[in-house]
Amino acid sequence: MSRRTALKALGATLGAAAFAQAIAPLTEWAADMSVDEYLQKHYKELSPVDLAMVIARLEQRTKEETGVEVHIGDYRPQPGVKFGYALNLSICVGCRRCAQACHVENNHDRPSGNSYIRVLEMQKGSMDLAKGRVNYSGPVPNPEKFYLPVQCQQCDKPPCVSVCPVEATWKETDGIVVVDYNWCIGCRYCEAACPYHARRFNWKKPEIPAAEINPDQGYLSNRIRPQGVMEKCTFCLHRTRQGKLPACLEACPTGARVFGNLLDPESEIRWVLKNKRVFVLKEDVGTQPSFFYFFDE
Amino acid sequence: MNKAALRKQATSYRRFLWQAARDATEGSAWFYAWMILLTALALVGLHAWAVQMRDGLAVTGMNDHVSWGLYIANFTFMVGLAAGGVMMVIPAYLYHDHEMHDLTIVGELLAVAAIVMCICFVVVDMGRPERFWHMFPFVGRFNFPVSMLTWDVIVLNGYLALNLHICGYLLYKRFLGERPNPRWYVPFVYLSIFWAISIHTVTAFLYSGLGGRPLWNTALLAPRFLVTAFIAGPAFIIVVLFVLRRLGGVPVARRPLEILVNVVRVTLLINLLMVVSELFTELYGGGARTASGHYLFFGLNGANALVPWIWTAVGMGVVSAVMFLRPGVVAHPVWLTVACALAFTGIWIEKGMGLIVPAFIPSSLHEIVEYFPSLVEWQVSAGIWAWGLLILTVALKIALPILREPHPEREKASHTVEAAPRADAKST
Repeated sequence: MSRRTALKALGATLGAAAFAQAIAPLTEWAADMSVDEYLQKHYKELSPVDLAMVIARLEQRTKEETGVEVHIGDYRPQPGVKFGYALNLSICVGCRRCAQACHVENNHDRPSGNSYIRVLEMQKGSMDLAKGRVNYSGPVPNPEKFYLPVQCQQCDKPPCVSVCPVEATWKETDGIVVVDYNWCIGCRYCEAACPYHARRFNWKKPEIPAAEINPDQGYLSNRIRPQGVMEKCTFCLHRTRQGKLPACLEACPTGARVFGNLLDPESEIRWVLKNKRVFVLKEDVGTQPSFFYFFDE
Repeated sequence: MNKAALRKQATSYRRFLWQAARDATEGSAWFYAWMILLTALALVGLHAWAVQMRDGLAVTGMNDHVSWGLYIANFTFMVGLAAGGVMMVIPAYLYHDHEMHDLTIVGELLAVAAIVMCICFVVVDMGRPERFWHMFPFVGRFNFPVSMLTWDVIVLNGYLALNLHICGYLLYKRFLGERPNPRWYVPFVYLSIFWAISIHTVTAFLYSGLGGRPLWNTALLAPRFLVTAFIAGPAFIIVVLFVLRRLGGVPVARRPLEILVNVVRVTLLINLLMVVSELFTELYGGGARTASGHYLFFGLNGANALVPWIWTAVGMGVVSAVMFLRPGVVAHPVWLTVACALAFTGIWIEKGMGLIVPAFIPSSLHEIVEYFPSLVEWQVSAGIWAWGLLILTVALKIALPILREPHPEREKASHTVEAAPRADAKST
């Protein structure tokens, strides 16, 4: 064997060792992933039996990791229902209770204080978002300001859905745009496409103290999300599809929020749409939101 | 073809691969040093990415406001480099310029390395890259044709396959000592030229189709992408040619070099015109839709992280444009290399960080959150660049004998080139 060949062999060996060392963190990452999980099909292609097994696995996983018994339901849209939301800007006081309720209800990551709702403190007499700010503090409401809470507008023409390369997000028959957390590849194209800053990415595994986990969970909504996937407001579908109201509405101390079925002529939301001069955010981008704002006076 | 012939071909193909592997791993001390350096950088990047996979993309500087950063910036730039490498092949075939034909392979090899880097930059940006199979037809759900990203997946992979075929075929034929049959590669070269335009147009549409991001929502984006590709690609190839001459003893023919220089000279000026057009539109109109442009060029409410970068890029563009206009600079290899490096770096800033990041600042709710790439992002990006250069070095090393050898076609070609003026002279 020549000296050159020996050196090459040595180089290759060293290279292989360095390679193994470099990818070591990947093995730690892959340790808690099962084959079943990896090969899991898209939500729409899962049979009822498949889905029951997936849910059992997720519940079991949560129990092992946190010791908490959770229930994950597969809540489907009801026929004849299309949800709409309206918000009275004249009486919103900017207390951020809605954002806080969302944070708790939807099992958000605690350290980042994540929420699907952002409340902007706006200049009276202007709808220019550039003049608003989110990091206001002190007593509210400030008489010089009005407050604009923004969350997913559940658009009828959602740009986030069109751009997804793998159909991991779609609009359900009741108007709610959902994400299959087990199908999303985490490219964040939807986050770039959304004009309302409504989407959030799981930059790391969410951290929630066991005592604070909300055990009433939905498969497509507030179950604890995996790392590296997108999430968004689902109008609390695990509640609203069972006839309850969204958590943000229940938390609102002023009654600024109105939620209901747009297809029911007797609903409160239909009354608002008929009797108030409502508007939608960024109408010019053509997204056709199901979320409406109005002023009383 | 009978069995014996098949077996003979299989053996020669095995010998070809063996020869290629030897060419790729034999070289001078400088070659080994270069390869070890690139390997080390690639491994650092690989490790950083492994850490990012384990701990999540929280280890990057990105967040829900600026959700794309250095990775997608580099991706966008590399698509341009991949396209530019092949688009410079156009003159070779359009004008039947036979000296240019040999350069075809350099452009195509550059395209292969650049596309591999593109794919790497997308993979490292993904939260769940292991779910890539969700895109496959039949087993996954491919949102075609609605999602522009699915178009990009198709054109990028198709482009990689095309260029691998062309390079592989030419190299193999040369190894056998046979003349490549034009039927087996010329149609693919034509296809790859159109395909090169498509990869960059589709990538521009990826951004310009988003109504919620005013900075990208401009029809100028796709033309500008193509123009900058015509700067970065040829500029890089000019430098590669000088390196090959110096280290590999490959002669640089005068005419191909002239064509490349002309291409960069013109496209640099067109790009400056486009930058000015965009600046004017941003400044004269004003309003919320121009906030990102203001942030990029002048800063917004005290946030101005990108301002020095973009003006550096503009400065590099202007200086290199002036240099390319001066005959003394163009004739001088060292100055020409400097001009190419300036043009290349300027485009990298302008089309990378200068294009991707400001579209997110201010955010869609007009919050101003600035973005600074983290150490992990720099490591991963440097690792991918090293990996790309590693591929390019090995590929060029294997192709070197082809570039050095006198070409049988070339003699024939120069004959036809000489014949033409004589015919002309007779007629006048």
